[in-house]
Amino acid sequence: MTALTVTESATRKGHPAGARRRSPYPAWFFLPAAIIYGVLFLAPTFASLYFSLTRWTLFNSVFIGLENFVQFFREPFLVQGLVNTVIYAVITSGLKVMLGMLLALLLTSNIIARGYLRSVVFFPVLVSTVGVGITFTVLMHPTQGMINEGLALLGIDGPGWLTDPRLALISVALVDVWKGVGLATVIYIAGLVAIPKDYYEAARIDGATRWQNFWYVTLPLSRPATATVIILSFIGGLRTFDLIWAMTRGGPGFASDTVASVIYKQYQAGFYGLSTAGNVVLFVLIAVLVVPLTMFLNRKQGHE
Amino acid sequence: MSKAGPIVGGIAAIVISALVFLVPFAFIILTAFKDRAQAAALDFTWPASFNLWTNLVEVVTTRNWMLVTAFINSTILTVSSVTLLVVFAAMVGFILARRKSRWNPLVEFLILAGLMIPPAVVPTIWLMQGLGLFGKLHGLVLIEVAYNLPFSIILYRAFIATIPRELDEAAIIDGARPLDVFFRVILPLLWPVTVTNIVVQSVGIFNDFTNPLYYLPGNQNATVQLTLYNFQSQFNTSYNLLFTNILLITIPPLIVFLFFNRQIVAGMTAGAVKG
Repeated sequence: MTALTVTESATRKGHPAGARRRSPYPAWFFLPAAIIYGVLFLAPTFASLYFSLTRWTLFNSVFIGLENFVQFFREPFLVQGLVNTVIYAVITSGLKVMLGMLLALLLTSNIIARGYLRSVVFFPVLVSTVGVGITFTVLMHPTQGMINEGLALLGIDGPGWLTDPRLALISVALVDVWKGVGLATVIYIAGLVAIPKDYYEAARIDGATRWQNFWYVTLPLSRPATATVIILSFIGGLRTFDLIWAMTRGGPGFASDTVASVIYKQYQAGFYGLSTAGNVVLFVLIAVLVVPLTMFLNRKQGHE
Repeated sequence: MSKAGPIVGGIAAIVISALVFLVPFAFIILTAFKDRAQAAALDFTWPASFNLWTNLVEVVTTRNWMLVTAFINSTILTVSSVTLLVVFAAMVGFILARRKSRWNPLVEFLILAGLMIPPAVVPTIWLMQGLGLFGKLHGLVLIEVAYNLPFSIILYRAFIATIPRELDEAAIIDGARPLDVFFRVILPLLWPVTVTNIVVQSVGIFNDFTNPLYYLPGNQNATVQLTLYNFQSQFNTSYNLLFTNILLITIPPLIVFLFFNRQIVAGMTAGAVKG
């Protein structure tokens, strides 16, 4: 693909090589962006590869090989953070895909109060994550919280959403879905609206049921939207920090720690090398999971 | 199909959505109106007395007017980083869409990398300390620019590709230099996508919590999201004040939402689908 673009560019160049006329599209337009991005994003990323192999105090660093990584995969609470991160990403992206699709179907059907419903579902996307986190921490309070008081009215004994180590991570993931499903919904709406009506017409003539309509027309043709929602929310889920930090700080114990919260905790504790190793682990985790996922989702998309 | 279906379904949807999405916001507002004792019950009840004004005054004056400082900091941060983002991203998008060079594949790769790779926090801090940018507001501005450039570039590139080249060529024939072509011909034409960019990035940067937490420590430097975090422990028993603060920092996104709903949705879906 790279080679192809290069040859294409060579043949398309406007001016003959001899004429040194200045291009109206000067390459230095890249410079301001490139400097900021290069210095503040790329350089630290490369530096992290080295510093993750050191014991580091910011002033001096001692090369210790892979010790940080060994520690990362041996300490049970660090391993749990790694597992939690994947669980969190799978739960949030899975639920966002399903609920986003359902809501988009509902909001593109001829239902009353569509505008109101779209706004209500989308608004949480724009609200401060920390604000949402604190609000739900209060709503999820085991005895006084509104959620459990509501459940009590129905005769259900609500669990300790954030205090039960088995539930804490899932509770935070559910709040993440609450906040993020609006984005998935609008992406799906954009995808559904783009499906040509002819397909449904043809399906109707063939006598397709509503379920067949969905399964054989809507679902395959909204695949680009599905790919986008999955990839976006999966990356977001793997990198998540603010919501976890606002709601549980990784607790109770280490039950809801993710790699991102581990990075912050190790940074606070002054273990800079270990924290940076966490960064590299997260980077590798994202690359290993997201790149094949993207390729898989886009390969199917290519058939259209 | 009968007409009853959509109406019944619609009413059900309204009730459920109100329960799921509006009740939490109503809870924030109600709690912000309560006095301390009633707020401590964490109930979804009507305020016994209306104390919004007292709560507001108390939240705003706490810790030597920290919230005011924070709002000023957040405003400076948002306005300056979005300004830089718009200009720099448009420049990159312009060249990327117009000039086929051997740098393009590399730039494309870096854009994707920027969307995916989590920033390496401690090395960034180390580097910023070396450059004298750590703990400075302008340092955080540059960080926000660096982290959000890829998304803005994607938005711009897609849009610039739809602007006919003949426009630049006409300007060049009229003797315009590259900078004139860009700033006087192209940039004004990009207004719709610039609005989208401004709106989407402003909301994101205003709501950013993680980067100020790492790169801008210290009470004097707090941004609005950090006040919430700082007050969380201080207002442990004063939920009325905590929720007054949440209410306050929810207002700017709400205003943006009311006026620019369409642009936000357009930007987020366009950028997302292309990305």
